[in-house]
Amino acid sequence: MLKSKNIPLAITFIVGLIMIVSFFIPHRPFGDIETISLKWYSIIAGFTMLLGVDSLLGLHFRKIKRREETWIHSIVLIAGFVLVVIAGVWGTVQYGSAFDERSFFTYIYNYFIVPLQATMFSLLAFFVASAAYRAFRARNVDAALLLITAVIVMLGRVPVGELISPYLPRFTDWIMEVPQMAAKRGIGLGIYLGALGVSIRIILGIERSYLS
Amino acid sequence: MLRRNLVIFLLSALALFTFAFPQEAASSSTLPDSASLTPEGSSLGSFLHLSDIPNDGGGGIEISWEAGDSLSNYFITIVRREGDKRKVVATDILASSGQARDVNSDEDRTNIKDGTEYYYTAVLSEFMISQEMIDYLTCDSLDMKVFTIADSSQVYVLSDESGPVKSKASWFNLERLTVLISAIIITFLFLWYFQLAKKGKDLYIRKINGLDAVEEAVGRSTEMGKPIMYILGIGYVTDIPTIAGLTILGRVAKKVAEYETKILVPSYDPVVMTTAQEVVKEAYTEAGRPDIYNKNDIMYITQDQFGYAAGVDGMMMREKPGAVFLQGLFFAESLILAETGHSIGAIQIAGTTETAQLPFFVAACDYTLIGEEMMAASVYLQKDPLMLGSIVAEDGMKVIIVVILVLGIVLGILGPGFHIGIIDKLFNLLIEIL
Repeated sequence: MLKSKNIPLAITFIVGLIMIVSFFIPHRPFGDIETISLKWYSIIAGFTMLLGVDSLLGLHFRKIKRREETWIHSIVLIAGFVLVVIAGVWGTVQYGSAFDERSFFTYIYNYFIVPLQATMFSLLAFFVASAAYRAFRARNVDAALLLITAVIVMLGRVPVGELISPYLPRFTDWIMEVPQMAAKRGIGLGIYLGALGVSIRIILGIERSYLS
Repeated sequence: MLRRNLVIFLLSALALFTFAFPQEAASSSTLPDSASLTPEGSSLGSFLHLSDIPNDGGGGIEISWEAGDSLSNYFITIVRREGDKRKVVATDILASSGQARDVNSDEDRTNIKDGTEYYYTAVLSEFMISQEMIDYLTCDSLDMKVFTIADSSQVYVLSDESGPVKSKASWFNLERLTVLISAIIITFLFLWYFQLAKKGKDLYIRKINGLDAVEEAVGRSTEMGKPIMYILGIGYVTDIPTIAGLTILGRVAKKVAEYETKILVPSYDPVVMTTAQEVVKEAYTEAGRPDIYNKNDIMYITQDQFGYAAGVDGMMMREKPGAVFLQGLFFAESLILAETGHSIGAIQIAGTTETAQLPFFVAACDYTLIGEEMMAASVYLQKDPLMLGSIVAEDGMKVIIVVILVLGIVLGILGPGFHIGIIDKLFNLLIEIL
């Protein structure tokens, strides 16, 4: 008997099988399937952006309505959203494209968004310092090894390393190319096999946690 | 049943093996020395080597040549003839590049028609070709049998016309043969272990501390009256780590529903948000608590990487979750998120397939699922014997890979290392197969 849950499972199985076949057979119509699917996905993703906007604005309107603790922030967000939309539409009307260099939309991007992104990114330096401080404390043999290796690699990557010893940069390269790469490839191997396992489980309908 | 599967698998592998080695490409002629390029008389001869692009879906011709060192800075323009029609298909390619492709594009899907005969001529010049000359090369009055032509700035030397060549679509991509063989082996192993699991054989999966801590993390958050935050990273629903993250979310959400606590899922992509809403809803229903499911707890933030990091960090600081799960695809924002989670004292369980981000998670989080552990998490949390079979099959595949690696090391030492002829050949064969 056909249960409602079997329909998405059957669709997943058939689509999965078609995608596998198209991976190995470049001949039409199979070869074009991946490109067509990605185009479909882009179109669907474009429409789901509306769901995203609905979720975002809905959340902040609710915060304002309930006068939650940070409701002022929500007003700033909604005002920013409206301003950028108006700037985008206005830029398109005035210059033919919102991305025109003279448009206010581009001004917002260059002088608000980019500096804000850079600020967040630069915070990483402080977070790296605090995380490194904790990770490099020589509490046991493993942590001590990590500390020693990190010091060698850091010194080998800067000019002063060459001054200390010409062998230091070469040793650093060896660490990066041999033990580090071996570990990285070992992890990579597990990841690819794991990805294959997840794919097969989903295609065969054994993994169904995504179904509702 | 098992024996029949094995025979079918071996026969298919053998049949595919015979296609594994493509024929050697025909030799190409060499361009003349630059000293011979004078208006008085020089010829490139027939030096273009043409072939159909192998393993493609048709609509493509590969053009190659060999250029001596003296001509490495010269430019090549390629003219195609189809019947009486001529078209300049490539301009100003450096002679040293040695190859060009004439292919269909999204804008022009009929540029090359499969089965049609095409002829190609190369035009060599010291400087970049002028627009005037490009127009002249396609006009009907030009006799392509001449050796040289000139405009006001330079002399162009023409090759003999090469061809005909036809494009055709391949029915199998031979470059992916190894992938196919691996997929057949792993599928066979999967089916084998599924059968064993169905028969009730006990399959072992090693202890994963990070996953054992899920219950502890959810329980602790509940006791403290704090929510749980589940971050799926900045991947899309087409990315395997995001899919793995969503499957783990299902298991975590079920525990959250059982403990009657709250889960927050800030999302980077609206499709991921919609999928996460469905996954959490299903988990709550499965736990028998669909009444406490709140769609608004799974919300969209932004599709800007650092905007997302800022939004999630802000949410962490305000909501102070007792447990933070970072499961999915992460890039530079990984440490920003993990350190903020650490600063608020949350239990953090991270997992990603991005090897460059793993050290950050190891440094900042309480537990980290490294690569394949993340892929196995859903199976581990559910403990379904049928699903355990797939993990054991992965281990079987790993054994095969390790055997190939060891074989490669031994052959590499004895062949290219000690110059033992037959082993050297075997080593090259292994490299070619892989």
